Amino acid sequence: MNSIETTSDLLKPTTRLKRRYRVERWFKRLGLTAIALSLSFVAFLFFTIFSDGYTAFKQSYIELEVHFAAEEFSQEKLANADYPGLVKHAMRTMFPEVTSREGKKFLYSLISPAAAYTLQNMVEADPKMIGTTQKVWVLADDDVDMLMKGKIDRSLGEGNRRVRDIQLAWIDRLESENRLETRFNKTFFTTGDSREPELAGILGAVKGSFFTLLITLSLSFPIGVAAAVYLEEFAPENKWTDLIEININNLAAVPSIIFGLLGLAIFINFWGLPRSTPMVGGLVLTLMTLPTIIIAGRASLKSVPPSIREAALGVGASKMQTVTHHVLPLAMPGMLTGTIIGMAQALGETAPLLMIGMVAFIVDVPGGITDPSAVLPVQIYLWADSPERGFTEKTAAAIMILLTFLIAMNSLAVFLRKKFEIKW
Amino acid sequence: MELASRTSNPAFPTMLSGDIIREADEAHAYTTGRKTVGSPFVDNPRMTCRDVEVYYGEKCAINKISIDVDCNEVLAMIGPSGCGKSTFLRCLNRMNDTVPSCRVIGEIRLDNIDIYHPSIDVVPLRARVGMVFQKPNPFPKSIYDNVAYGPRIHGLTKNKAELDEIVETSIMKAGLWNEVKDRLQEPGTGLSGGQQQRLCIARAIAVSPEVILMDEPCSALDPIATAKVEELIAELRTQFSIVIVTHAMQQAARVSQRTAYFHLGDLIEVGPTDKIFTNPKHRLTEDYITGRFG
Ligand SMILES: Nc1ncnc2c1ncn2[C@@H]1O[C@H](COP(=O)(O)OP(=O)(O)OP(=O)(O)O)[C@@H](O)[C@H]1O
Ligand SMILES: [Mg+2]
Repeated sequence: MNSIETTSDLLKPTTRLKRRYRVERWFKRLGLTAIALSLSFVAFLFFTIFSDGYTAFKQSYIELEVHFAAEEFSQEKLANADYPGLVKHAMRTMFPEVTSREGKKFLYSLISPAAAYTLQNMVEADPKMIGTTQKVWVLADDDVDMLMKGKIDRSLGEGNRRVRDIQLAWIDRLESENRLETRFNKTFFTTGDSREPELAGILGAVKGSFFTLLITLSLSFPIGVAAAVYLEEFAPENKWTDLIEININNLAAVPSIIFGLLGLAIFINFWGLPRSTPMVGGLVLTLMTLPTIIIAGRASLKSVPPSIREAALGVGASKMQTVTHHVLPLAMPGMLTGTIIGMAQALGETAPLLMIGMVAFIVDVPGGITDPSAVLPVQIYLWADSPERGFTEKTAAAIMILLTFLIAMNSLAVFLRKKFEIKW
Repeated sequence: MELASRTSNPAFPTMLSGDIIREADEAHAYTTGRKTVGSPFVDNPRMTCRDVEVYYGEKCAINKISIDVDCNEVLAMIGPSGCGKSTFLRCLNRMNDTVPSCRVIGEIRLDNIDIYHPSIDVVPLRARVGMVFQKPNPFPKSIYDNVAYGPRIHGLTKNKAELDEIVETSIMKAGLWNEVKDRLQEPGTGLSGGQQQRLCIARAIAVSPEVILMDEPCSALDPIATAKVEELIAELRTQFSIVIVTHAMQQAARVSQRTAYFHLGDLIEVGPTDKIFTNPKHRLTEDYITGRFG
């Protein structure tokens, strides 16, 4: 290429140059398409979860006029009274025209079995109620609830839907009398699991996850940080250290279910710790999270410039002082980020917990680390597996809650990283 | 060429072809344990080094060096890159302990105490032999905390007022007070390069060391900041012994009283600075300072 051509290049791009630009444009377009595609998948995921799940935050209630007849409470304990009978009586007085045995059965099934407990709690809280008539809002059955939320198609033939024509008529009547309405679903946030969708709540799983993560965090963070500090700052460089390093990196890649099996064998069968509890779950997840924290910790220790260590040693700080006064504080943001990401992983982990029995059906909200409990992802798994229509929305709602926690944790990690990023 | 001679005769690598008389001289010096030309020893030394050898693994970086550091003097160390100046300097406060492969043989005494004796604790040693590094390395903390760190960990002060005083006098001695007196709580990393280096000097003198080691303290600074640091070194000499490694020969000539010339792990010549620069005895020294190689 001679010099005349080169100068003309500057003004008029050659075909070769044009081709280069075309490739560049194509590359940019491909990248944009990939991003758009992945974003649309995420959007689709969020949309389906949200549209399935938002209804779970509302629940249908029916107003009953309950007569707490004094003769029902003749026995010495309030708990022995026939509360389901009270509910049935209230329903019968509301719909006096229903007389057949079958009709009554359909009528009673509009109300959740939980209504009896609501009444019992009321009476136990305030025994003066006995002998009076009270208006009480009680939970509707999940089929009624599904109908109210439009998840049961009225246009289907009677045989193909779970609500009979006659029940439809009653429901419509209740609605027109303002005795049936959907309200904010407090139950969902205050109870544990249940066989009845309208009674099932997320609190048990949230608390179970909380206790499990508490164990995981309080074990894996100090152990992980100490291990990282030792390996990075104190360990002699020899083949044992290399061996340990290789093993830690390998552990990070071990499928999590293996950790579950290990936990089953050691913590439950050998140590005899109680199964299905946050304690064992936390121990297993600690095993799983440790490599992540150690690797992240070592990386952030490595990124502390050696000149800082030299400066501290140079004024006569001991090795320990150098680490605790200077290196560790500088490495902490990175370590915290790694820890939070490890915790987020642990929060979403299911497989190892199935191995240690955290898949059991547990109604009680756990009160501590030794109570059997579920965790969020396992709860999702259990609900997704349940046949009742009402659990579909609960599943989606539980996913929403899990995702909220995950996003919150990851944002915290990003926030910490940004906030404590050191500017030299 | 240098490398070739080194591999052919690792025990005595400074022989270059030619100059047979000097070779004989050196051979004589070597066998009598005093191969260094000039005057490495002084009468009342602060530090004495005898037959110091340093190995990185199998590799010999310093080869039987003997030299004294006088009280209240600035000793400059010059020599081509890789000749072991930093290595030797870091032996004087045992900073080489942090390099796992590094081994030091021989005897180094500070005020007649063998600093490599097994019972010696490096922590107080490094308080008495301070160090300033090539790249300014203030802690990412406030200016005050940078200077106060040494006195704090060594427990030199009983209360805040005493600590304040130490910080103030140290920064003043480092010639930085007027520039930073209103911003002591601001991060030390926010200062300019020259100010940072003077802050590091203030940090080093805050623990009242006897000797200050400086490894090319001005190589990252501009001429004006360099001039300030040099001025500072001249002042500090009244209280401390200073050992400085430098690549700028004018700098060595300006600040030091004695100069030591290193070559491939050997200490070739030591003498009063003006003698070294005007009338070097050894051929290698002459070649280096006249710029024939290096
Ligand atoms: N940590 C180390 N491990 C192995 N060898 C080293 C190490 N540090 C220095 N060396 C070697 O020791 C020799 C002396 O190095 P040193 O850093 O003391 O040279 P120097 O005179 O300070 O050079 P410069 O003027 O470039 O700073 C060099 O050959 C170098 O490669
Ligand atoms: Mg050096």
